[in-house]
Amino acid sequence: MAERKVLLAGADEHDLTQLAEYRAIGGYAGVEKARRMTSDALIAELEKAVLRGRGGAGFPMGRKASLIDRKSAKPKYLVVNADESEPGAFKDREVMAKVPHRLIEGCLIAAHAIESRDVFIYIRGEYLTEYEILAGAVEEARAAGIFGDVDITVHRGAGAYICGEETALLESLEGKRGQPRPRPPFPPIQGLYMAPTQINNVCTIATVPVILELGAEEFAKTGVPSSPGTAIFSVSGNVARPGNYELDLGTPMRELIYEHAGGMADGRELKAVIPGGSSVPALTPDQIDVPLDYDSLGAIGTFFGAASLIVVDDRCCMVQLAIRSTKFYMHESCGKCTPCRVGTRWMVQILESIESGTATHADLELLDSVNDNILGKVLCALGEFAVYPVASYLHKWRDEFVAHVELGGCPFEGASSIEGILAPSDQHAHTPAGQEALV
Amino acid sequence: MTTFYDEVQEIRARYPEGSRSAALPALRLAQEKHGWLSRQAIEETADALEVTPAFCYSVATFYDMLHLEPVGKHTVDVCTNLPCALCGAQRVVEAFESELGIHAGETTPDGEITLRAVECLGGCGYATVVAVDDRYHHNVGAETVGEILEGIDGGT
Repeated sequence: MAERKVLLAGADEHDLTQLAEYRAIGGYAGVEKARRMTSDALIAELEKAVLRGRGGAGFPMGRKASLIDRKSAKPKYLVVNADESEPGAFKDREVMAKVPHRLIEGCLIAAHAIESRDVFIYIRGEYLTEYEILAGAVEEARAAGIFGDVDITVHRGAGAYICGEETALLESLEGKRGQPRPRPPFPPIQGLYMAPTQINNVCTIATVPVILELGAEEFAKTGVPSSPGTAIFSVSGNVARPGNYELDLGTPMRELIYEHAGGMADGRELKAVIPGGSSVPALTPDQIDVPLDYDSLGAIGTFFGAASLIVVDDRCCMVQLAIRSTKFYMHESCGKCTPCRVGTRWMVQILESIESGTATHADLELLDSVNDNILGKVLCALGEFAVYPVASYLHKWRDEFVAHVELGGCPFEGASSIEGILAPSDQHAHTPAGQEALV
Repeated sequence: MTTFYDEVQEIRARYPEGSRSAALPALRLAQEKHGWLSRQAIEETADALEVTPAFCYSVATFYDMLHLEPVGKHTVDVCTNLPCALCGAQRVVEAFESELGIHAGETTPDGEITLRAVECLGGCGYATVVAVDDRYHHNVGAETVGEILEGIDGGT
């Protein structure tokens, strides 16, 4: 099956960062159609489309909108999560760089549905070029009078993975440290500035104009019944043609890896696929016939996540992979919950002792126990994101972990593809000579 | 001439009254002006935001892109997260270290370039990703490191 470009439709043929070109292909017709509908009718339409959240959790966007108290005396807010930071994911970035007006149109439609006049797009600070393109498109659309009584503010983050978590994002947007809030209350009840707030990922919102264009009924016929539509899949790691591929949900993972992404690079063997970004349980080569949709991936014990596949070949040591992955989550833990703040450090210590050959069999059980003491005992999913992949490596590649213990060192003997990889947490800031550090 | 104080007031006006949402953009602006968030930069920001310097510190210490120590005139950030790691990011880090004569996390003695290994930059399909002054270079290999550094020298 060829790619089916819906979110990215027209981007290969036109410069859709330009308002005129986006309009020429029918852009902003969806928002006009939406504005002729009542918010009740629009939400009903969105619910009928079963557009599942593309950010990771898969919660239907229309149902989320229905939870907003539109009669509230407080302002209603729409917040777009463009803090794409999950290792393996680079799709939101492509949407913002290539079809910014589709995202803006989606914002205006969703704002109409929840009767919001204030939209914030929270973009990760590192995406400078994408910020400039998006901010330029926002200005152009505003100047053209498309916004009506809605305003859109593009707000830049400043480098913190945790701000992709919805309540941490709200804290950050309010100008504070990005630490997650306890839930309930959930954002539709009490979100930004304590007011009803709808939060959706970039790809979710950019799909909304497509629903208006096709009609929910037609949209729901695409993809698979439980997860209609397309998704942009980010493929990275040891494949011949890494990149973003927009495909119908339900496309077999094998097709994505071996046809679209060109199969394994350098003629190597497939060892593992981490299917939703680095935070989800990995799959073994015998599991890759799974259809790429929320329920099918859930049924085999992993997650659709950020639709981002990290493909790993046989040169990589799974213990080293676990160390590098966990160092990331340790570095990004906001520190609020003890099991995550301390537990991720313990995970790294145990994994490093396994890699260096000083661990015993009991340490493998200890790692399991630390994992269990993080899972479900933290405010947000970050702690779980640290544990899910490592627990899957430990159980599915257990022989490799045991071999480290029994050999008293790494069986790859220095030849692993990620041998010696430096993590930011390994380095310490260094002040140039002659300048005084502020402690 | 617009002062820093005035610019911060303009930013504050974009957000609801009484909110502190202008904190991140104001701190970024202060950093652009001073190069890093020195005590003076923090105090100026706090003054413009009408918050305490302690509040500004609490925010600034949380975010990787805000620097509480001086950094080089240019920053070279090499992604070493999993997808880039699998495609040889360590060799790219080592090539920069050897060309610059410093370790990752350090600044060249002339204060020109700070080299860092950083977490995922969101360019996983174009590994290895290197951000020079926040502009991305894609598909960087050890052999293209010299070219990137020349680009920096040429730009100063």
